[in-house]
Amino acid sequence: MDFPNDVRYTSEHEWARLEGDLVTVGITSYATDQLGDVVFVELPEVGRKLEAAKPFGVVEAVKTVSDLFTPVAGEVVEVNRALADDPGRVNQSPFGDGWMIRIRPTSADDLERLMSREDYAKLVEEQHA
Amino acid sequence: MSYVGRTREEERRMLAAIGVGSFEDLVTAVPASVRLDRPLEVPGPLSEIEVRRRFGKWAAQDDADRAISFLGGGVYDHYIPAAVQTIASRSEFATAYTPYQAEVAQGTLTVIYEFQSMICELTGMAVANASLYDGATAVVEAALLARHQTRRARVVVAGALHPNYLAVLRTYLGGDVAVTADRGGQCAPEDLKGALGPDVACVVYQHPNFFGLLESPHALNVLAHEAGALAVACCDPLGLALLEPPGRDAVEAGAAGTRSGADVVVGEGQCLGNPPSFGGPLLGFFACSSSLIRRMPGRIAAQTVDREGRRGFVLTLQTREQHIRREKATSNICTNQGLMALRATVYLGLLGKAGLAEVAELCVQNTHYAATLAEKLSGYRRAHGGTFFREFVLECPVEAAVVERFGRDRGVLPGVDLGRFRPEWRRWLLVAATEQRDRSEIERWAEVLKAAGGLS
Repeated sequence: MDFPNDVRYTSEHEWARLEGDLVTVGITSYATDQLGDVVFVELPEVGRKLEAAKPFGVVEAVKTVSDLFTPVAGEVVEVNRALADDPGRVNQSPFGDGWMIRIRPTSADDLERLMSREDYAKLVEEQHA
Repeated sequence: MSYVGRTREEERRMLAAIGVGSFEDLVTAVPASVRLDRPLEVPGPLSEIEVRRRFGKWAAQDDADRAISFLGGGVYDHYIPAAVQTIASRSEFATAYTPYQAEVAQGTLTVIYEFQSMICELTGMAVANASLYDGATAVVEAALLARHQTRRARVVVAGALHPNYLAVLRTYLGGDVAVTADRGGQCAPEDLKGALGPDVACVVYQHPNFFGLLESPHALNVLAHEAGALAVACCDPLGLALLEPPGRDAVEAGAAGTRSGADVVVGEGQCLGNPPSFGGPLLGFFACSSSLIRRMPGRIAAQTVDREGRRGFVLTLQTREQHIRREKATSNICTNQGLMALRATVYLGLLGKAGLAEVAELCVQNTHYAATLAEKLSGYRRAHGGTFFREFVLECPVEAAVVERFGRDRGVLPGVDLGRFRPEWRRWLLVAATEQRDRSEIERWAEVLKAAGGLS
């Protein structure tokens, strides 16, 4: 499985991408593969303060449901409203149009604590084996 | 598995198989002080004839069938058409629960779907679930939904909610439940205003309330919404046949676009084709706006098509539920009151919109006739001045318990003694006259009250 290099990863299969001073968050292609067709994404309201590693929302597939975990602490500044009508974007483009929230991070350095592409690929390989 | 008792020989073989000398050896771990050192005193076996005779005698002591009932307070003595029993007894429906392999039981799912549709129509809400245990737990589930949705803790009860419902609410939420001041039996919007704050998840009110009085749903809903809380209405389904459903938005009443419809409408559905039988089993219903559907508790039946395009029914949105969501499920309810919901569905289907409204009108007329007669009796007066629907509180010249006993001995159950809920209500009798009561029965009731009023 191929993962992009411009994002950092969590062990819970979220990704985080630094864009200017904001961090965009979504779930990885491995996560969408495991979930199957996503039918609903519950996202936080704009302005909510999030703590790292705590749930910020829920992703629901046909037969299962999973919490979404915050990669870096901060405040929600934008949520992907398009997912309300078209949750399938998460499957079609997990690292692009399927993004979920944008956070103004408390500290951009927190991103450094997340996993690199290589570490994440290794984790997936282990979980898959 | 058979429930036939074991023989001494079987007992000996079982003990031998596990290497224990006697049954006593098995229970040595239980301290002697808590063990019964003599045989259990149960009467000996009875023949079928004796059992019938004994149970028949007990059944004859139950006067609910013979007495003229004016009982209410959530459980009512309505007429149940014979067809309800006949249809509900059919083997196709013979389950009290949502079946485990739900989609195999298309008949059951069809009934649940019809039940949900009827509840939506009655409450004016977009979605309803397959039913809950009773009105009390439905109120609790609504409060839990509001707490999850708003991520706030406190629940404000506006006005007279059934004391049993309030008790169940407190069992779940403890100190997070506040009750507004009671003035004249109804909730004054200004009293609710004072009780609201940024930590309030929802406002819960009963309409008509426990005392039978109408509340002002739209005013209460607007106040709840202005405070960022949800509005939860607990309604009598018979009341919904005549009253404006609190779930429906009224002409814009609030500040700049504040919704005036309730977010959740719940209630007790016993009055729809289910007998009062010792106070249960009951039937909770739960309806809400579509934006809350993913937080709704319980099961939801939905319509779909099979691969050949034929109409079929399924259980849907199950990711909310325990078997998938585990400890994060919206509720621990994982079944429904299948049999009671079935009876309610058949009842509503038989009566139709006009029939249900007619039953409600008859209840209103009978109850108002009873109130008129009672107010002419010396020492009796209505405890509250507000508009009442199908029951009212009568203040008695003596303790209501005295009136209740006096009536019962004379074949009339004159109402619910509210003293059993609160000592300061001990002279209050809650009276409901359903469509089953005729003029002569209501007059007989008034005579009983008159005679009881002279007692001290």
